[in-house]
Amino acid sequence: MAFEQLRSDKRAQVVLGLLTGIVFGFLLQKGGVTEYGVIIGQLLLTDFTVVEVMLTAVLVGMIGVYAMKAAGLVRLHYQEGSVGATVIGGLIFGAGFAVLGYCPGTAAGAVGAGALDAAIGMAGIALGAGIFARLYPRLSQSVLNRGRFPAGTIPELVGVRPGIVVIVVALLIIATLYLLALFGF
Amino acid sequence: MTEWFMMASWSPYIVGAGIGVLIWTTFLLSDRPLGCSTAYAKTAGMVESAISRKKSEVMPYYQKFTPTADWQWMIIVGVLIGAFLSAYLSGTFTLLIVPPVFAAAFGTDPVIRSVVALLGGILMGIGARWAGGCTSGHGISGTLQLSLASWVAAICFFAGGILVAGLIYGFTFI
Repeated sequence: MAFEQLRSDKRAQVVLGLLTGIVFGFLLQKGGVTEYGVIIGQLLLTDFTVVEVMLTAVLVGMIGVYAMKAAGLVRLHYQEGSVGATVIGGLIFGAGFAVLGYCPGTAAGAVGAGALDAAIGMAGIALGAGIFARLYPRLSQSVLNRGRFPAGTIPELVGVRPGIVVIVVALLIIATLYLLALFGF
Repeated sequence: MTEWFMMASWSPYIVGAGIGVLIWTTFLLSDRPLGCSTAYAKTAGMVESAISRKKSEVMPYYQKFTPTADWQWMIIVGVLIGAFLSAYLSGTFTLLIVPPVFAAAFGTDPVIRSVVALLGGILMGIGARWAGGCTSGHGISGTLQLSLASWVAAICFFAGGILVAGLIYGFTFI
């Protein structure tokens, strides 16, 4: 594959990571999702900017990634989940999301836009990740493996070709975005 | 063109589409999904190894996520710079400690907001690594690959977030 050399060039990847982050941060700030009020507004269901940004990103990203996969240009990278890891971890994350009012990416963006409380939040996230690393040997033997999901992807779960699922999910996202706009969000 | 970069905000659809295209490039050029929370685990590992190199080297989690300033780590540095550029170009860069929405409900004391932000961050750091990703890694990059775990994670992020935000601010939508 033509991209293999670039992908395994560690120095080039550090530069690419920085450039990708710059574009990502620029977009997040322009989208308003680096603001505490916008994120809390989403969780209070009064402002749907976060969901609109995420769903549009998933719509565009999904079509492109699956098209490139069909052309043999990219591989998928996803994890297997479980009730113990995904559901419990997800709910803990959600609680932190509401208390902090930023997420790991938007917190860095918020700091860039001048929100110093987000810098304290970033220190907290690193501290939390460190606490998890300490607990990891014990958790990985127990709760993280409870209730493993039966499949890695939705197409595998429902037993339908990925291309069909991409079309269905794309239509559902467009319908959701249309309804949100219709209700004035 | 330059006026566009100086606008205070862009449509969420434009921003979302931009992020979608950005993720095409991370798959194509870096063979990776775009995620943010791994960088924090790496940072924690860097701190651990600064304190005791021997100890961090034997911690299983840091064998899985090596504490190095690689692609994943540079993402966070980039996000900070990119958001600064965006805010600076549009003249919306403002230093603050207490966001207005928080101040309206709980007052302008920076100590209270700092303690709340630290506690929220700790919960988020534990939760993100517990679930194996965050709003970008699971919420966008994982869901767009139609990963079952990522869709479940994203639903749980919002379920937990809506519940706790409602407990903090009151369930305004009811």
